[in-house]
Amino acid sequence: MTPRLLAHALLSLALLLPALPAHPNDFDYRLAPRMIAEGVYVLIGTTEDFSFANGGNIVNSGFIVGPAGVIVIDTGPSRRYGEQLLATIATVTDRPIALTINTHHHPDHFLGNQAFPADTLTATPETIRGIQSEGEDFNNNMYRLNGDWMLGTEVVVPGKTLAAGRTTIAGRALEFLHLAGHTASDLVVIDHDSGTVFAADLVFWQRAPTTPHADIPRWLAALDRLAAIPAQRWVPGHGEVSGDRSPIRQTRAYLEWLADTITRGAEAGLDMTEMLETPIPAAFADLSLVADEFRRSVTHLYPAAEQAALER
Amino acid sequence: MRRPNLPLLSLALLAGLAPASAADLQHTAALQAPPHPIVDPLGSPRWDDMRKLFFGDAPVVFDERVRVTAPRIAEDSMNVPVTVDASALGDARSVVVFADFNPIVKVLEFQAAHARPSLGFRLKLQQSSPVRAAVLGSDGTWRVGGTWITATGGGCTLPSAGSSSPEWQERLNQVSGRIWSRVDGGERVRMRIIHPMDTGLAAGIPVFHIDELALADDSGRTVMHIRPYEPVAENPSFTIDLPPGAASGGKLHVTGRDNNGNRIDAWVTP
Ligand SMILES: [Zn+2]
Repeated sequence: MTPRLLAHALLSLALLLPALPAHPNDFDYRLAPRMIAEGVYVLIGTTEDFSFANGGNIVNSGFIVGPAGVIVIDTGPSRRYGEQLLATIATVTDRPIALTINTHHHPDHFLGNQAFPADTLTATPETIRGIQSEGEDFNNNMYRLNGDWMLGTEVVVPGKTLAAGRTTIAGRALEFLHLAGHTASDLVVIDHDSGTVFAADLVFWQRAPTTPHADIPRWLAALDRLAAIPAQRWVPGHGEVSGDRSPIRQTRAYLEWLADTITRGAEAGLDMTEMLETPIPAAFADLSLVADEFRRSVTHLYPAAEQAALER
Repeated sequence: MRRPNLPLLSLALLAGLAPASAADLQHTAALQAPPHPIVDPLGSPRWDDMRKLFFGDAPVVFDERVRVTAPRIAEDSMNVPVTVDASALGDARSVVVFADFNPIVKVLEFQAAHARPSLGFRLKLQQSSPVRAAVLGSDGTWRVGGTWITATGGGCTLPSAGSSSPEWQERLNQVSGRIWSRVDGGERVRMRIIHPMDTGLAAGIPVFHIDELALADDSGRTVMHIRPYEPVAENPSFTIDLPPGAASGGKLHVTGRDNNGNRIDAWVTP
């Protein structure tokens, strides 16, 4: 079997394996890197809320092995996760970490930073500011939700800012898009060699999107940009890897429904408690956590919508 | 004369240390028992305290017609949406809302003069707690409904966002509001008032909240009277429903004041 065919066989096998559950007893996330393209690996978290049962591993991270080093995309929810991710990378390659990216300032995407060489940590200026201003609160909250999985986790702010555009890192041709909408800054990584898009939390798949820092019009514009990229596969921030644009379409449809429901509710004079009783349409009923995320999104987004309706 | 109110646990401990006669204990228990013992459907260990505080010796019943609607889990403990609706009771004019486990338990009171006896608002929750509404009927009986809300906490001892920004000082007590026609021929009023609603529990920030609010039609007739307390959320927003013919039509007059004597005076239009 040629290496390429072997890789393909492994890939097909990996796609059949369910994500392994975390084992709280030994605080081992059982991270299993899955190769989705030549030199491109992902670690797919569960589509759940943060909890002691999952240790906060509800997020996707990834890494790309270039000729001269490794590019890490998001470091996970805790110091332990970061350390175990680093150890996992070492089972795949002995090349050094060249760049460690935080795609945005949500805690499950940067709290593993401690494990990585400090001079490789990078993010956009807005994400760096977000980690500086909200990182400590996020970290405290994660201790509360995930318990001892968080032991020893501290906020490490990336020291390097990441410019948008095409560049070569560790011999690998990459492109960074500075988009926004899920948060004030959402970084997308495109690996042109393999046609892989790491869409971060701009894209969710079979899991309801989260909106604590969302600007839905900007988010929809970002999805337009993503949909226009000719790619082989998309890695969402939460949910399985996809070979087509279904996750982009699903995220868009949910966000459009959410924004429309909230605007209409505010214009019709609904109280927030009435807004919360909105039934979830059949098209989204099977998304993981959709009832919880809808409740949270109403809390996040309704005050501004009702204020707009009152000050029309 | 009333006996001192020892909690049951300390009575038991006293009994253990110096065995009292069974008759003694029974006597004590009889004196301590509320006049109409009822079981709290929410199972709150604070219920007996709440009962003494709000109702004294008056008769109290739990009544599902006093509806308290709120999310089971509060995403933002600074802004927990609650709707109280006692309109299924025939006579429900005066309503008090409280949260057993808040450091300041009383949330607000309202008198629905000509409005429906219902009110939508938001409150701050310090921790998970029952939120209850109690309605005093003309027979002298309190009717109580409520629901548990799970909260991550901090709502009452965190400073309001307004306290840290100068914006509210320029817009203090400004009202934005709107009136909608209801399908039943009545009207819905929603309004929001700029105010930090500081509880006085956050370090260095004195208590500062709206304590008086009235809604009247343009003939001057009061349709709703609200007394908000410290736990009402920053920039309070209210949802009020008027039955057909409750108001003289057109605009509504909002008046009120905060505990520092700053006045609220605005008109709400359709
Ligand atoms: Zn996120």
